Amino acid sequence: MTKIKNRGVMKLSGLEPLVFTPEINFVNIGERTNVTGSKKFARLILNGQYDEALEVALDQVRGGAQVLDVCMDEGMLDGVAAMQKFLNLIASEPEISRIPIMIDSSRWEIILAGLKCIQGKGIVNSISLKNGEQEFIQQAKTIKKFGAAVVVMAFDEDGQADTYQRRIDICKRSYDVLVDLVKFNPEDIIFDPNIFPVATGMDEHRKNAIDFFHATQWIKQNLPGAKVSGGVSNVSFSFRGNDPVREAMHASFLYHAIRHGMDMGIVNPTMLEIYDDIPKDLLEKVEDVLFDRNEEATETLLNFAETVKASDKKEVAAEAWRDEPVSKRIEHALVKGIIDHIIDDTEAARIELKNPLKVIEGPLMDGMNVVGDLFGEGKMFLPQVVKSARVMKKAVAYLEPFMPQIGDLDYNEEQSSIKKILLATVKGDVHDIGKNIVGVVLACNSYQIIDLGVMVDAQKIIDEAIRNKVDIIGLSGLITPSLDEMVNVASEMEKQGLQIPLLIGGATTSRIHTAVKIDPVYSGTVIHVTDASKSVPIAGESISEETKESYHKQIKETYRQLRIEHEAKQQVKQMATYEEAKANPVFIDWEHYTPVVPAKLGNITLEHLDLGILRKYIDWTPFFSTWMLSGKYPKILQDEVVGKEAQRLFKEANEMLDKIIEEQWLQAKAVVGLFPVERLEDDLVLPDQGYSFHCLRQQGKKGKGVPNRSLADYIHPQKTDYLGGFAVTAGWGIEAKLKEFQENGDDYNDIMLKSLADRLAEAGAEYLHELVRKEIWGYAKEESLDNDALIKESYAGIRPAPGYPACPEHSEKRTLFDLLEVEKNIGITLTDSYAMYPTSSVSGFYFGHPESKYFGLGKIGEDQVKDYARRKGVSLAQAEKWLSPNLAYTPSFNVQES
Amino acid sequence: MNRTELLLTQSKKRILILDGAMGTMIQRYKLSEEDFRTTELKNHPKPLKGNNDLLSLSRPDIIKAIHAAYLEVGADIIETNTFSGTTIAQADYGLERLAYQINFESAKIAKEVALEYSQKTPDKPRFVAGAVGPTNRTASISPDVNDPGYRAVSFDDLALAYKQQVEGLLDGGSDIILVETIFDTLNAKAAIYAIQEVFEERSLPLDPQEGGIPVMISGTITDASGRTLSGQTTEAFLISVSHIPLFSVGLNCALGAKELRPYLKVLSENAPFNISAYPNAGLPNEFGQYDQDSEEMSNQVEEFLKDGLINILGGCCGTTPDHIAALAKTAAKYSPRKLEFVNESDD
Repeated sequence: MTKIKNRGVMKLSGLEPLVFTPEINFVNIGERTNVTGSKKFARLILNGQYDEALEVALDQVRGGAQVLDVCMDEGMLDGVAAMQKFLNLIASEPEISRIPIMIDSSRWEIILAGLKCIQGKGIVNSISLKNGEQEFIQQAKTIKKFGAAVVVMAFDEDGQADTYQRRIDICKRSYDVLVDLVKFNPEDIIFDPNIFPVATGMDEHRKNAIDFFHATQWIKQNLPGAKVSGGVSNVSFSFRGNDPVREAMHASFLYHAIRHGMDMGIVNPTMLEIYDDIPKDLLEKVEDVLFDRNEEATETLLNFAETVKASDKKEVAAEAWRDEPVSKRIEHALVKGIIDHIIDDTEAARIELKNPLKVIEGPLMDGMNVVGDLFGEGKMFLPQVVKSARVMKKAVAYLEPFMPQIGDLDYNEEQSSIKKILLATVKGDVHDIGKNIVGVVLACNSYQIIDLGVMVDAQKIIDEAIRNKVDIIGLSGLITPSLDEMVNVASEMEKQGLQIPLLIGGATTSRIHTAVKIDPVYSGTVIHVTDASKSVPIAGESISEETKESYHKQIKETYRQLRIEHEAKQQVKQMATYEEAKANPVFIDWEHYTPVVPAKLGNITLEHLDLGILRKYIDWTPFFSTWMLSGKYPKILQDEVVGKEAQRLFKEANEMLDKIIEEQWLQAKAVVGLFPVERLEDDLVLPDQGYSFHCLRQQGKKGKGVPNRSLADYIHPQKTDYLGGFAVTAGWGIEAKLKEFQENGDDYNDIMLKSLADRLAEAGAEYLHELVRKEIWGYAKEESLDNDALIKESYAGIRPAPGYPACPEHSEKRTLFDLLEVEKNIGITLTDSYAMYPTSSVSGFYFGHPESKYFGLGKIGEDQVKDYARRKGVSLAQAEKWLSPNLAYTPSFNVQES
Repeated sequence: MNRTELLLTQSKKRILILDGAMGTMIQRYKLSEEDFRTTELKNHPKPLKGNNDLLSLSRPDIIKAIHAAYLEVGADIIETNTFSGTTIAQADYGLERLAYQINFESAKIAKEVALEYSQKTPDKPRFVAGAVGPTNRTASISPDVNDPGYRAVSFDDLALAYKQQVEGLLDGGSDIILVETIFDTLNAKAAIYAIQEVFEERSLPLDPQEGGIPVMISGTITDASGRTLSGQTTEAFLISVSHIPLFSVGLNCALGAKELRPYLKVLSENAPFNISAYPNAGLPNEFGQYDQDSEEMSNQVEEFLKDGLINILGGCCGTTPDHIAALAKTAAKYSPRKLEFVNESDD
C-alpha cells in the first residue's frame, strides 16, 4: 500500500515544490515586486528597466521570500503587457522562478494574462464577492481551470468587512460558494480577512487587530483546509515615519497573528523587529493597542512613540552602553565594531575573570557568537563583521602577553576547546582577499584561524596542519592552474594519511570540479564552499562529533552523484570537430576594411600613472561584491537592505583613496606595446619580434548564423594587421602598508586596501585602453565616453586577458610578458602558475577591429587540443593540464603527478 | 459497464500494459515520400515524408498493422498515431487544415483494431488512448537567447490547438486522453485547460469515477538532474498538473527504465492518482539509436515493479512488440500499486 505524503495540505510550485506541511510555521511572501507597494519597482517598470526589476525579484528570493507577489496595477502602465513581460522574464531566471508566483491585481484581465505565463501552481490575489456571486463564481471557475490557488478578500456587495462578525460571515459565505458550487479544492483557498490600522485615534478602529486575530482563529477552526494571509504593514499605518514603533508593531502583530493561525503574509523583513528584542515598555504599550486593553492605550502609545523616534533612540543608546557590565560592553563593542574602549574593557574583564584565556573563551567568544548569528541570519553584513573581527583581534593581541607560555606551570595544551582551521592560498597563486574574508567570518564563529598566507606549498600545508593539530584545512585560489594544485594538495594529504576535512573555495573553484577532480583523490571529507557565509555551517557539520560521520557520507554520496551526472552530460554534449569549427568563423567583411596603422609601434612604459585620474575610472560594482554586498553601483547605495551599509563602506573607501593618493601609498605603472601581426590559421605571428600567440576556438555546436569564435578571427587573414598587449599594476608600495595593518590585526583595512588596489589596477586597464584607442593606436580619435559607457564597454575593440574566458590558457601570459618585457619595464613577475605579482595587476591583448567581441571559449575537443599542443610545441599531456577546465573529454592519461 | 468503468475495474486488478513506439515501427517500413501523400495531397508543395501522423490518412493499413502487433503481444491500451496532430505541429508541413481529420481518423483506426482484439479476448478488454503531444514549441522558454521574454507560442494558441485535437480524438472514439512527453508544463497546462473546455461543452464530468473520460498525464524528465526541460522538479511538475482528477500521472521518454526509477518513486509517494511509466529502450547510443533489448529493459523495469510503484507500463522511443511482450510477461508477476487513502486532515 502506498501512503500518499501530505494529503490535504496546500501545495504550490515554481520550479520547485512548496508544500505547507505542519512544520512550516509561516510562509513569507516577497512584496517588493509590486508597483503599488514599492516606488523603486514602479519606477523601474515604468522606465522599462526590466533587468533591474528582475534584480529586485532576485533580492526577494535571496532574502528568503517563499512566494513572490507580482503586481502591475498602475494607471500609467499597460498592466497586461507588463505582467506578461515580467513573468516571462522571471521564467528564464531559475533562481527566481524556483518559488511560486502570486499574481496580484484588482483587474481580471491582468490576472488572466498572468495565469497564462506560469508553468507552476501559483496564487491569484485576489477575488471577492464585491460585485456579487455571479462574477465571483465565474472567476473562481476560471482560476480552477488554470490550477491556481486563490486569495479571497473579506469583501462583499456592502463593502470591506470591518468587524469580527462581518469578517467571518463573508469568509463563510465565500467558502461555501467556492467549495459547494465551484468545487474548488478547499486547500487552495486563502482568506485575507483585512488587516487595518490601529491607533488611528478613531474609536471604530480600536478593535481592528483583535478582530483580525479572532477572525483568523475562527476561519482556521470552521473552514477546513482554508488558509489565512494578509498585508502586515497596514496595521502600523498611523506611525509612518517612526520605524522603531512600526517595527515593534509588525513583530508583535505577526507573533500573535501566527499564534491565531495566520499561515502566510506580506511582510517587509527590513521593517520587522525580533519579537524578543522589542523593549518591554514599548512592547507592553504596543500590545495594549493591538488587544485594545484600555481606553487610553492609543494615547499612551502615541505619547511614548515620541520618545522612541529612531534618532533619539540611538543617541541615548550611544552613551548608555558604557554603563553596562563588562561582558555586555564587550559584546556591544564587537557587534557595533567600536574599537575605542576595547583595551580598557578587556583589561577589566581580565582582572574580573583572573585568567586571560577565560576572557577569550568567555565574553569575547560570546560576543563573536552573537556577531556570527546576526551574520548568519542576514542581519549583519560583511563589512560590519570584518570590523567586529578587528575589535576581537585587538583584544586578543592585548591579552597575549598575559597568556601562559609553554613551560609555565599553568600551561596546558588541551585546556582550550577552540577548534582550529588552517587556511592557505595554494602554491602558484597570490590572491587572498576571499581567503581573508573566510578567515574573518570563521573567526567570528569561535574558530581559531591559522593563516599560512599565499603561495603555500603542499608539504608546508600538511606539516603545519599536523603541528598545530588543526581540525579543518581550507584551500583557496583564484586562477585556474590553482585547481590542479588543489588536486595535488588533496592527493598528498591522502598519501600522508591525513583525514582532516578539506574545504575548497575561491573564484575559480566549483562544486563540479571539486566532485570530479578533488573528491576522488582524498578519502577524508572534501567540500566546496561557495561563499564565506557558507563556510560556518559547513565547518561546523564537518567536525562536530554528532554530525561528522553522516555529513561525510552524505557529501561523498552527493559528489559521487555529481560525477555520474557529469559523466552522463559529457556523453551527450554536442560538439563540432575542430575542422568544422574553423569552417564556421566570425564573418568579417575584410574586403572593405583596412587595418589602422598605430600612431606608435613598439613598447611604451608609463612609469607613473596618476592615481587621481585612475580613481575616476573605477568600476565600483565589483568592489561591493568583494565585500559580499550585491547590487549595481550607484543603485546599491539606495538599496533597501544593504544601502546603508554600502553607503558607509563607500564613504570609508573614498576616505582611504584620498590617503592612498595624498600620502602616495601606492604607485601605478604600465607597459603597452603595439605590433604588426600576421595570421596563420588560429595563430597570431609577430614576425619582427619572433613571438606567436595561439588562439583557441569554440567547439560547441552552434545554431545557424552563430559562429564558432576565436580571437584569431579578429585579425586580417591576408594583410598585415596589428595586435596590442599591455600590463598594468597598482600594487607597488602596498606591502609596507599591509604590514602595518597586519601588525595591528586590522583585517578591515587590510581587505579594504587590497580591494581598492585591485580596483585601481582595473581602472588603470580601462584608462590605458582609452589612451590606446584615442592616441597610441589612434583608431578612435573622436571617441568620447563617460565612465558608465566605459564600464558597459560601448567602445570599439576589446582587451581579453589570458586566463579569462576568451583565452583561458594562462601560459600565453608568459609570451605576453616576454614581448612587453614586463619584468624589466615595470617589475610585475609571474609565478609558476602564471599568477601576477603584485596581485593588483592586469594584463591582456588589444584587438582593434570594431567587430571584435568578448566570448567564452567553452568546452573544446581532443582534436583541437592536439593541434594546440603541436602549435605551442608542448606535449599533449601538458596542453591538457593547462586546458583542463575546458576539456570536453577525459584525457586518457590522468596527469595528476606534477 | 461502460468503457470508463471497464477501464477502472481493470486498472484495479492488474498492471495495465501500454503499447510501444510508433515511430520505431514505422521506420521498419522504409517508406518513401509517396506513402505520405493522399490523393488530395498529390501536389502539396512541401515534402511530407516524416509526417508520421499523416500515415493515418495515406497508409491506414500500416498504422492498423502496428496497432495489431502491439495488441497481439498483450497491450491493454494503444496510443493513437497523433503525436504531432495539432495545428501547431502540422504547420511545419503546411497541413494545419488536416489536424482535426488526422485525430479523428487515427482514433477511429485504433478503436477498430482495439475492439477487434477485445472480442478475441473478452476477459482482457482493449482501450484507445488519444495521444496529445507536446507540439514543437515551448510556452515558458524563449527560443531566442538574446530575448528571454519572447515566446514562440502563447497559451491561447496552444489551448486552441489542443482543443481541436481533443475534439477529433473524442469524436473518433478514444477511450482515454493522454497528454504525453511533457517537457514544458505550461504547454501541458494549456492542454489540461483545453480538455476542461471540451468536457464542459459536452457536459462530460471531469472525474472518471463519475463517468468522465479518463485523462492520463505523462511528463518527461530530460536529464539526470531530474528536471523537465522547462526546469521543474518531478514533484513541482506533479503539483502543477494535479488540478483535475487524473486517471494517471507518470513519466515517459528521454530516459531508460533504470534512470526513470527515482522520479517514479517521487510520483508514487506524492500522487493520489495511478502511476504510469513508459521509458525509452535505454539511452541512445552515439548514433542516436536505442539498443537496449527487451530482456535488459524488462529486468530494469522489474526493479520498480517489485517496489509496487506502477499501475500502467509501456514503452517509448526504441521499443518494439518484442519489448512490450517482455514487459507484459514481467508485469503479470506483480500487483499494481495500491493507494491507501488516509485522510490526514481528519486527525
